[in-house]
Amino acid sequence: MNCLELEKMAVTVRRDILTMICSAGSGHPGGSLSMVELLVATYCTQMHVDPKHPDAPERDRFVLSKGHAAPCYYAVLGELGFFDKAEFKNFRQLHSILQGHPDVKKVPGIDASTGSLGQGVSIAVGMALGAKAAGKNMKVYTILGDGELQEGQVCEACTAAAHYKLDNLTVMIDNNGLQIDGTNDEVMSLGNLHTRFETFGLNVIELPDGNDMQAVVYALALPTIPGKPKCILAHTTKGKGVSFMENQVSWHGRAPSAEELKVALKELGDGKIE
Amino acid sequence: MEKLSEMKAIRAAYGEALVALGAENKRVVVLDADLSHATMTLNFSRQYPKRFFNAGIAEANMVCMAAGLSTMGFVPFCSSFAIFGAGRAYEQVRNSVAYPHFNVKLAMTHAGITLGEDGGSHQAIEDMALMRVIPGMTVVVPCDANETKKAVFAAATINGPVYLRLARPATRVFEQNMSFTLGKANVMRSGTDIVLFACGIMVATAMECAAALSQHGISVAVVNIHTVKPIDRVCVLKWAQRCKRVVTMEEHSVIGGLGDAVSDVLLGNGNFAFTKIGVQDRFGQSGKPEMLLAEYGLDTAGSLARIKTLLG
Repeated sequence: MNCLELEKMAVTVRRDILTMICSAGSGHPGGSLSMVELLVATYCTQMHVDPKHPDAPERDRFVLSKGHAAPCYYAVLGELGFFDKAEFKNFRQLHSILQGHPDVKKVPGIDASTGSLGQGVSIAVGMALGAKAAGKNMKVYTILGDGELQEGQVCEACTAAAHYKLDNLTVMIDNNGLQIDGTNDEVMSLGNLHTRFETFGLNVIELPDGNDMQAVVYALALPTIPGKPKCILAHTTKGKGVSFMENQVSWHGRAPSAEELKVALKELGDGKIE
Repeated sequence: MEKLSEMKAIRAAYGEALVALGAENKRVVVLDADLSHATMTLNFSRQYPKRFFNAGIAEANMVCMAAGLSTMGFVPFCSSFAIFGAGRAYEQVRNSVAYPHFNVKLAMTHAGITLGEDGGSHQAIEDMALMRVIPGMTVVVPCDANETKKAVFAAATINGPVYLRLARPATRVFEQNMSFTLGKANVMRSGTDIVLFACGIMVATAMECAAALSQHGISVAVVNIHTVKPIDRVCVLKWAQRCKRVVTMEEHSVIGGLGDAVSDVLLGNGNFAFTKIGVQDRFGQSGKPEMLLAEYGLDTAGSLARIKTLLG
């Protein structure tokens, strides 16, 4: 996929996210919209996965450590054909495969159940360790939220990733600056994240605009430093793509009304790039 | 079945069993959280260094790494003290291992008050309760070194999470040829007046109690419930209905452990005189294991005193 096609897919994914959350009447639009470029670029330019064989043993792995951004994950997997997009309308409903947070037992293409923050990154470390132990070339990718970095387990996981020299692991930080109770700085300041992850021993690539598809694709494609896990610190916009949602704490975890959805979809357009 | 022989620590048997299992199953990997000298995973780490991962003092990360390793086709055995593996990392076990039903084995040692001198902060008296309440979790409490080895091998044969509760001290070793099937209780001794359902190190105590009571003409059955979950309902019902007097014996809180598991089976299935021997809703403390067992009423004398309340 070239960059234009990726950007077109990003628009489609954003439309799916909002439609899904609106239909469910609940969900997390803000943090789903902020990581669209990270996830689309990861799946479409890096990962070796086959929607027809979602359990192929030697596929690359992805773990959505910030599991509440499930709508973005479902949208990407659905668009790639891991399951029927008709499932979108069942998001968060009884007996649906699309649970509020990703469930590995239910959704083809999902590699771990996540949602309890701080745990997904550790699972990804275990997968990367497993790939190394098995002598395989599989790559492992994970996306964390910035609020999630307040969980102490993230420190444990990054320490282990560096200790075991997991250069097959890419840790992406969706740094949109907001969490449920306010800005990161109001709730619990994170300090200098670049320095923090470098200190753990990760190879940090900082993206001033993590919603710039070309920049994300470039960062993902950068060669790894042998023995070092890669960390893409992406500064993103929460609610990206919908003017009334951008940088608004209130859109962390509430669903748009039918009217709001209409306005949002109009703003996003149909994905046709002139 | 009553013949007792040597003494051996269950955790020592665990260490040996892992090495033997590792030799025949190359998918077995072992994780520890800086306690490999105490949990005895050290043996495995020396034999198979490439399949051993020290997580450092980071139990939460260890459990989730094990979850990740299991998805790559490995069979991870995770070890630490029970207080940390089942306690500190509880939610990691719940959400990253059990909720996805990943194939992770949690073999936690130093369970119960017989951890001894380190005291109440380190003595897990609630780990069985914590693990038993998780859907799909198998909970196994071996009674001796031989059973520990069989439990380790059996845990590796089933797909899904297993919690192995392992004691620290040297305990009596029963006969080598005792059968072991996950979910199937072992009748150690037949009787008609009273049945003692026990697990872990309390099985040996139950046998001593039975021997003492038989001197007074009381016919005591002893059933070793090594698999606390899923519990052998058929066996529990059969012996409870035969004896009508029921005692449970566990080195664990009387809340949420074997006693509750047995009472759940009996509920609505007849009238029984019933008492639970265990830690009576209090924390542990420092002391020598045998002194602690006496203090908490879990030694033979204390157990007999409680059993006799049912005999009138």
